[in-house]
Amino acid sequence: MSASSQTFRLAPKAGLGGEIDRDKPLRFTFNGKSYQGYAGDTLASALLANGVDVVNRSFKYSRPRGVVAAGAEEPNAIVQLGASEAAQVPNVRATQQALYEGLSARGTNGWPDAQRDMMSLVGKFGGPFMPVGFYYKTFKAPASLWMTYEKYIRKAAGLGRAPGESDPDIYDHMNRHCEVLVVGAGPAGLMAALTAAAGGVRVILCDEQETFGGSLRDRDETIDGLPAPEWARQTIERLAAMANVTLLPRTTANGYHDHNFVTLHERRTEHLGDTAPMVDGRRRSRSRLHRVRARHVVLASGAHERPLVYAGNDVPGNLLAGAVSSYIRRYAVMPGRRLVLSVTNDHAYRAALDWQAAGGEVVAIADARANPDGELVERARAAGIRVIAGSAVIEATSDRKGHRVNGARVAAIDIEGFRLSGEAEVLACDTIASSGGYSPVAHLAAHTGIRPVWRDDILGFVPGQAVDPVKGFSVVGGAAGVYALPALLEGAAVKVTQALAADGIHVDASEPPAVESIREGEAIGLYHVPHDKPTMRAPKQFVDLQNDVTAAAIELATIEGFESIEHVKRYTAMGFGTDQGKLGNINGMAIAARCLGQTIPETGTTVFRPNYTPVNFGAIVGRHCKELFEPERYTAMHQWHVAHGAKFEDVGQWKRPWYYPQRVNGKLESMHEAVARECLAVREKVGVLDASTLGKIDIQGPDAREFLGRIYTNGWEKLAVGKARYGLMCKDDGMVMDDGVTTCLGDNHFLMTTTTGGAAAILEWLEIWHQTEWPELEVYFTSVTDHWATMTLTGPEARNLLAELTDVDLDRDSFKFMEWREGVVAGVPARIYRISFTGELSFEINVQANYAMQVWESLFAHGNKYGLTPYGTETMHVLRAEKGFIIVGQDTDGSMTPEDLGMHWCVGYKKPYSWIGKRALTRSDTRREDRKQLVGLKPLEADVVLEEGAQIVFDPKQAIPMRMVGHVTSSYYSPTLERGFALAVVKGGHKRLGERVYLPMADGKTHAAEIVSPIFYDPQGSRQNV
Amino acid sequence: MFHIYCPYCAEYREEEEFHPRGQAHIARPADPEATSDDAWGDYLFFRDNPRGVHHELWVHAVGCRKFFNITRDTRSYAILETYRMGERPTVTANGPEAVPSATATLTGALA
Amino acid sequence: MSKVVQFDPHPAQAAATQSPLHHVAAKPAVGETGVTLTERAFLDHLIVRGEPGVLAGAVEAVLGLELPTQPQRLARNETGSLQWLSPDEWLLIVAGGEGFRLQRELREALGEAHFSIVDVGGGQTLLELSGKHAVEVLMKSTVYDVDPRHFPVGKGVTSVFAKATAVIRRVDESRWELVVRRSFADYCLRWLLDAGEEYGIAHQPTQPAVASHRQTVTDTETVS
Ligand SMILES: [Zn+2]
Repeated sequence: MSASSQTFRLAPKAGLGGEIDRDKPLRFTFNGKSYQGYAGDTLASALLANGVDVVNRSFKYSRPRGVVAAGAEEPNAIVQLGASEAAQVPNVRATQQALYEGLSARGTNGWPDAQRDMMSLVGKFGGPFMPVGFYYKTFKAPASLWMTYEKYIRKAAGLGRAPGESDPDIYDHMNRHCEVLVVGAGPAGLMAALTAAAGGVRVILCDEQETFGGSLRDRDETIDGLPAPEWARQTIERLAAMANVTLLPRTTANGYHDHNFVTLHERRTEHLGDTAPMVDGRRRSRSRLHRVRARHVVLASGAHERPLVYAGNDVPGNLLAGAVSSYIRRYAVMPGRRLVLSVTNDHAYRAALDWQAAGGEVVAIADARANPDGELVERARAAGIRVIAGSAVIEATSDRKGHRVNGARVAAIDIEGFRLSGEAEVLACDTIASSGGYSPVAHLAAHTGIRPVWRDDILGFVPGQAVDPVKGFSVVGGAAGVYALPALLEGAAVKVTQALAADGIHVDASEPPAVESIREGEAIGLYHVPHDKPTMRAPKQFVDLQNDVTAAAIELATIEGFESIEHVKRYTAMGFGTDQGKLGNINGMAIAARCLGQTIPETGTTVFRPNYTPVNFGAIVGRHCKELFEPERYTAMHQWHVAHGAKFEDVGQWKRPWYYPQRVNGKLESMHEAVARECLAVREKVGVLDASTLGKIDIQGPDAREFLGRIYTNGWEKLAVGKARYGLMCKDDGMVMDDGVTTCLGDNHFLMTTTTGGAAAILEWLEIWHQTEWPELEVYFTSVTDHWATMTLTGPEARNLLAELTDVDLDRDSFKFMEWREGVVAGVPARIYRISFTGELSFEINVQANYAMQVWESLFAHGNKYGLTPYGTETMHVLRAEKGFIIVGQDTDGSMTPEDLGMHWCVGYKKPYSWIGKRALTRSDTRREDRKQLVGLKPLEADVVLEEGAQIVFDPKQAIPMRMVGHVTSSYYSPTLERGFALAVVKGGHKRLGERVYLPMADGKTHAAEIVSPIFYDPQGSRQNV
Repeated sequence: MFHIYCPYCAEYREEEEFHPRGQAHIARPADPEATSDDAWGDYLFFRDNPRGVHHELWVHAVGCRKFFNITRDTRSYAILETYRMGERPTVTANGPEAVPSATATLTGALA
Repeated sequence: MSKVVQFDPHPAQAAATQSPLHHVAAKPAVGETGVTLTERAFLDHLIVRGEPGVLAGAVEAVLGLELPTQPQRLARNETGSLQWLSPDEWLLIVAGGEGFRLQRELREALGEAHFSIVDVGGGQTLLELSGKHAVEVLMKSTVYDVDPRHFPVGKGVTSVFAKATAVIRRVDESRWELVVRRSFADYCLRWLLDAGEEYGIAHQPTQPAVASHRQTVTDTETVS
């Protein structure tokens, strides 16, 4: 493919194509066909240069569509990018995508493909068959079928697709803080950044385009004696040299959140290739989300040109006037040969002047104003261009397939009367450019809840005042409706100076640059061009090209009774999705207003929401994915567990050994086999559990004991130094929230343990009561969870094994159950707690975590002869359940009182202080006798292991829906008892011991079980006391 | 994403460092046993949900771990002030006299 | 029996110690080194809590450091570093083995006053980050403003670090310290190596130690 195939590329000429490099040709493919463009092109400019008219099919009617705009507001040229499956990126605007060598893109819509578009049939006959609200009316009933319809509609409508393979690229986030964030690097943004930078504060300037400069890139004026594009270049260079300024091109401010928090999406390598290139063998992120907290946000996002709404305005060859200028000036691309321009303002005349200067034919300018008289109008007339005052293009005609404009019907119009005031004239042309004025880009301001307000003088909405004015927010330039260059530059400088002055930062107000300005005549409002037929019968007049919303649809919505603009939006889909109403909203609202007989401000506008343009998931996720998705917390023995084949269970963020499958006769044990082996080892010999994850809180202070008495349900007054006690904690509603053993280390010194999952929450719980209710109590809490490594040695041989390694007297009479001792274990200073969660003789060894492995490995070095077996959380669960020990969060769910759990023994009703939870335990609801209470369940068939969560009924023969009276909370197979057993909650269960209950299962089976005591093993507790 | 001035750290910090803990100035009744079931139920379960000025309890969880109060406008999300435990708000919906009395300046907690 | 017990965690005889990151091998940067990550393990870390008026005198006498009472301040001398964490909470980091003696001296100096000192040395480790791109790596990791203009030498904060938390300190013009919890250390290290890749990050682990850190006392007597 040679450069000459770029038939719409203009020959080199000064002032044309300043942003492309003709020495760097690039090859790319679109819809499978190969083309050539130049470095500096966007995909859109390169497609136009190659004469590609149809870039997409429309969303609903499947009509052929071409490029309309030159920036983020593009509604049609939305493509699927990526040469390989893994590199697929949906919803890319061709107008924002820089061309690179080998770029491969497809139009987003059209199924099964662009050539054989199934939906075009609907499009052709779409008028009567797909009215507004079509989806709601047709497919929503019956509701059950929507799922089926949706699959095909979505596919056919083509909203882009996610890659089917893993993304090879990486993405990241960067947190930034600055005094001034300037959004948009057009004239106002550059001026704002220059001013702020002079104050010495940190400035971030971002712009979504490849190149900074905004409208200066296409302007004729001179600034300080320099052509506008050159002034922009020099200003950008000055800013780039300043240490306090960060420039972010290719970066869209997508969300403006509370308190001046702005998310910027920087496309770091999207202009370089399908995947991010390596730099010196190192990966870098493809795109980056900057999370910016700014003291001041300066919105300099400019304005979007409004297209005119006329019949056939969606046929390829219909463009925005400003886009025509941009393509000619920036990329030396003239997207046609013969132009008809339809305008309501002077500014848009540039399109015709640029067109003619580039060698194209300007057939006519239809100006809706009766007496246009600005400087540009005069220039056009002087250049011999025909200006038809008081008229507009009322309809674009096209070739048979609708692939390209072939004429414009121009007629005199009566705007007030919404009718034609003369006969239509047909002008042959291939391009129609239109401009209905300019809409300030108020999207970002709206994200924070600032309602846009209408201004008659500029015929547009500008950001209004918030309910409570957001501190540090200003709008400058086109976004504020200021379009004239001198006023815009001065205004930006003044606003930033004032904003900084409020912070006590003085900026020397240097002279604003001298600007040679152009006198412009007044613009006129025209939101819907009348046609010779009534709107409902006229050829389609599109308001929102991306969502295929027509003027007729809006009219129909108002006829059907939708009066609120928010309802009209939802009924018609106007401004939905990735479009966010950039081109169509104002016209749509104005049409609704006219139909409702209201003014535009009375009708109001809809609210724009983040994100301004689509952000890829990668950028949102950043590096919080794959192995860095969530923190994994490791104990000091973690690597040993890994080396010994442990399977892990996630408990909160902790990785805990679940069980340790062994290879038996060359075959790895199943979980059931491993757990059975581990259980029996503990019951018959000795096992060891890594219990380091239990929460541990060091409590010091003269009031520590008093504090414990208030926070726990049971008594702590008499707990002697050297002893430990199990404690239960409730919320003030009387419901159990945590439990654990707390040890008295000294009179003013306790060590509290919490559940693994509750550690952080319990520390905060202690602090909230101390800080907010009882600040007079002298006590401090400090987390020591990570400091101690904890090894639970349990089983009949535990004492014999430990005795080999410690100087502590382990004799049953000198070191009793529920006591602790300090000593040395395997050469390491340790605290040993004689507590048991298995019902067996147990010693919990605690050492500073850095020394844990010395102790752990010594246990195994000596443990072989005692049959020492490491066990995991599953075995722990079986063993504790056999003893009827609860797990908070498994056997409780925030609705269980201590008495529901049968733990009356752990409730100190006589304690002097009304401890947390006590009062609620005497409320009528907590005294009910039919509360769900914890019991044991013994399945009648010994080999049945009930399902955890299974519902319980008293009468299995009752009709469905049955009356459910409880559920299974814990259920296991006990290798010791050689049967299944369970813990459950049952209404009034404590008085139902011996009764039979039933568990109907989803597969039709019904299990029967007997209510028994929850303590299945060693009810006297003799084994832990030996 | 709020930007919250911690009155203890004496600087603005990002919302990720904080946990909200509900309405502020909910005092635990001084004598629970003498409190009626209804009053206890109110203390446990009932909270205001105003449109406008609201006082909230927050904790600088990833930071100094101190609890403090925020006066916030629930319409605009503007934080009107932050103040320490034991202090009283200067901004209220109905002026300072509407703030709960001295016993309630310590903020009760129920998660 | 005393009212508060002190516990010397360090063995009297040589014992094997493992840092929380003992399992991660050294790794040079790919290409030019822009950031260097070094673990400083086996230091003694103590949490000191109390009212400033109660603590200041004893801290000055025992540590030779003025108690930093301004938020976010970090004081340092040859004994160690003392960082403000909260109006009534400080982090003291000293050489491995020094913690027990210093705690005892502080307790003696403070007498019957209400305070708390807790050894947390096994529960956290210190990572040092240096090099010309250290700040950018931190910007990718924490929501706190680490711009050197806002974060002068001698400042320290507790903040969010990736999805975990860290104490972040700036000890001199080019060096930063992160104090991370033991259980999160592996996650934080993997995060840093990933975030630092584009700048060229080198990782230097602490050498496995077989040492006795017990330098002062051999008994485990308790003091009040
Ligand atoms: Zn704080």
